[in-house]
Amino acid sequence: MLVGFITAGDPGPDATFDIAAALVDGGVDIIELGIPFSDPIADGPTIQASSLRALNAGVTPPMVLEMADQIARSLNVPVVILTYYNPIFKMGDERFLKLALRSGVSGIVVPDLPPEESTGYRKFAQKEGIDTIYLATPSTNPKRLSNIVSATKGFLYVVPLFGVTGARESFDAYSGRVVREIVGKVDRKVPVAVGFGISKAEHVRSFVDQGADSVIVGSAIVRTIERNLNDRKKMLNELEGLAKDLSSIRTS
Amino acid sequence: MKFKEFPKGGKFGRFGGQYVPETLMPAVQELDKSYRKFKSDRNFKAELKHLLSNYAGRPTPLFFAGNLTKKCGGAKIYLKREDLLHGGAHKINNTLGQALLAKRMGKSRIIAETGAGQHGVATAMACALLGLKAEIYMGSEDVRRQNLNVFRMKLLGAEVHTVESGSKTLKDAINEAMRDWVTNLPTTYYLIGSVVGPHPYPMIVRDFQSVIGEEIKKQFRSITKGYPTAAVGCVGGGSNAMGTFYPLLDTPTKLVGVEAGGKGLGTGQHSASIGAGTEGVFHGMLTYVLQDEHGQVKETHSISAGLDYPGVGPEHSFLHVEKRVDYVSVTDDEAAKAFLELSRAEGILPALEPSHAVAHAMKMAKRMKKDESLVVTLSGRGDKDVGIIADYLGENI
Ligand SMILES: Cc1ncc(COP(=O)(O)O)c(C=O)c1O
Repeated sequence: MLVGFITAGDPGPDATFDIAAALVDGGVDIIELGIPFSDPIADGPTIQASSLRALNAGVTPPMVLEMADQIARSLNVPVVILTYYNPIFKMGDERFLKLALRSGVSGIVVPDLPPEESTGYRKFAQKEGIDTIYLATPSTNPKRLSNIVSATKGFLYVVPLFGVTGARESFDAYSGRVVREIVGKVDRKVPVAVGFGISKAEHVRSFVDQGADSVIVGSAIVRTIERNLNDRKKMLNELEGLAKDLSSIRTS
Repeated sequence: MKFKEFPKGGKFGRFGGQYVPETLMPAVQELDKSYRKFKSDRNFKAELKHLLSNYAGRPTPLFFAGNLTKKCGGAKIYLKREDLLHGGAHKINNTLGQALLAKRMGKSRIIAETGAGQHGVATAMACALLGLKAEIYMGSEDVRRQNLNVFRMKLLGAEVHTVESGSKTLKDAINEAMRDWVTNLPTTYYLIGSVVGPHPYPMIVRDFQSVIGEEIKKQFRSITKGYPTAAVGCVGGGSNAMGTFYPLLDTPTKLVGVEAGGKGLGTGQHSASIGAGTEGVFHGMLTYVLQDEHGQVKETHSISAGLDYPGVGPEHSFLHVEKRVDYVSVTDDEAAKAFLELSRAEGILPALEPSHAVAHAMKMAKRMKKDESLVVTLSGRGDKDVGIIADYLGENI
């Protein structure tokens, strides 16, 4: 499956639904909506800039959940939220999760909330029936990995490299090895989605060859939005084209 | 409460923790283990002690500021002279400790953030001394207002990366350093400059800075046989204050942390995270943060680059809610005035950061009795700030 990430409300709140629709038309199976944050430490320049555009456009977490609602219901695709922890913390775990559930959100990825810090959060998420999606990276040791595999719900988000988000031209050989090893250890207990850096169909193919069930594409999509800030129609056409290209490699 | 027993499980009460991306989790856990191992290692302690005395210049004097005391007409004011350390600030206490630790952990590349540039300079010095490569992240706004320190870092062999994102100050330099750390984890040690960030950093930096408070205790005992009535330190991230307070937590000394009040708390242009912030999760820790109602971190202001930060060390948040330490704020104007007063009264040019502590200490001294005493940690010297003071006075130099 192909997961398409966009920063919600970039370049403006009115653009997000149309962007999601173009991606779905092109073959994206799951929409991942990012809540813009002032200090995105896991993101490279592309997503940093998109967060800034969305914040400047006045986007707030409740607005993002409304967008999620519209996308989930009208486009009939699963919507996953990606957010740093502070916007959730500020609203309160329970309140945020209740609102997310009402907005049709399927799962939430919180890159700066490791399992050790999320026992309370996870309890509420389980109660509301929202998936808590954890990450595994090249530095995750076997013991952590087995805890993370048992804790994650929906899928396991595998980051195949040391680094932040950002579209890459190519991957080092170790990235393929990391994915293959993690896929082996996960042993079909949960689907594996690989994300960070993927920008081309050939990347999709190589990670699928290593056993990934899904791939997540973010900066390559956001970059396409950024390139076409002044021409909405061209933006949507190019996004649909990008999604078609990336989904031409059919994953499971 | 036994305050000195914290952190427990990486937390100071509910504050602190390890809110970091998965890539960094094994790294902070490994750091915690290595630190605990070396902390009690005899060779490590001896080497650090040797460098602190023979390279950095410890112990620093506890100076009775007789003229300032007379001027205020109340409690006796003592200055803990961290400004006399090599590099001109308390920062070297921490960078020597962490650089030795990094070396023992087999890391060859050191990254650090800096606000005023003092931590960058202290990192560059420790790295030059120990043969490590230093790369320093600094916001472009700080590069502009502290350009002397930028050149000092370069002369010391460090590479300086100018950060253009966000508010272009300390918080953005930390963001960029964290991004570098995630990218270069296997070779790189992140040398944080204050008691902030994910556990174990707030504990490590506090421990290395505690030499300040330990010396105050000893020096004060040799003068009066007791404890000072009060101790005051400025709080940006809070390392010089934490180093001053920690050894005094289980004594009767009243402890006061001074945040940057900027143009006044009512204007929104300040850096008083405890005074005007709310609890949040930022830079890997749960602590008081200046943020809006949706959890977006705000831009801050202070006349002193070293205090211009929207968060604060989690142990300070803990000591605030437990009411063991009082946190107050001092405005830009009051700090600039204290800078001038101390310069003329004692012939000491303080950095603008501790000028905040001096300003508050003078207010306190006036209300205290003559047989009471007050220690102010003078965390750095003011040479780096004379251009800012000249601008403030409207003078060309
Ligand atoms: C002289 C001096 N004092 C204080 C600070 C603030 O740091 P902290 O609150 O960690 O002591 C700085 C930071 O740059 C500094 O240079």
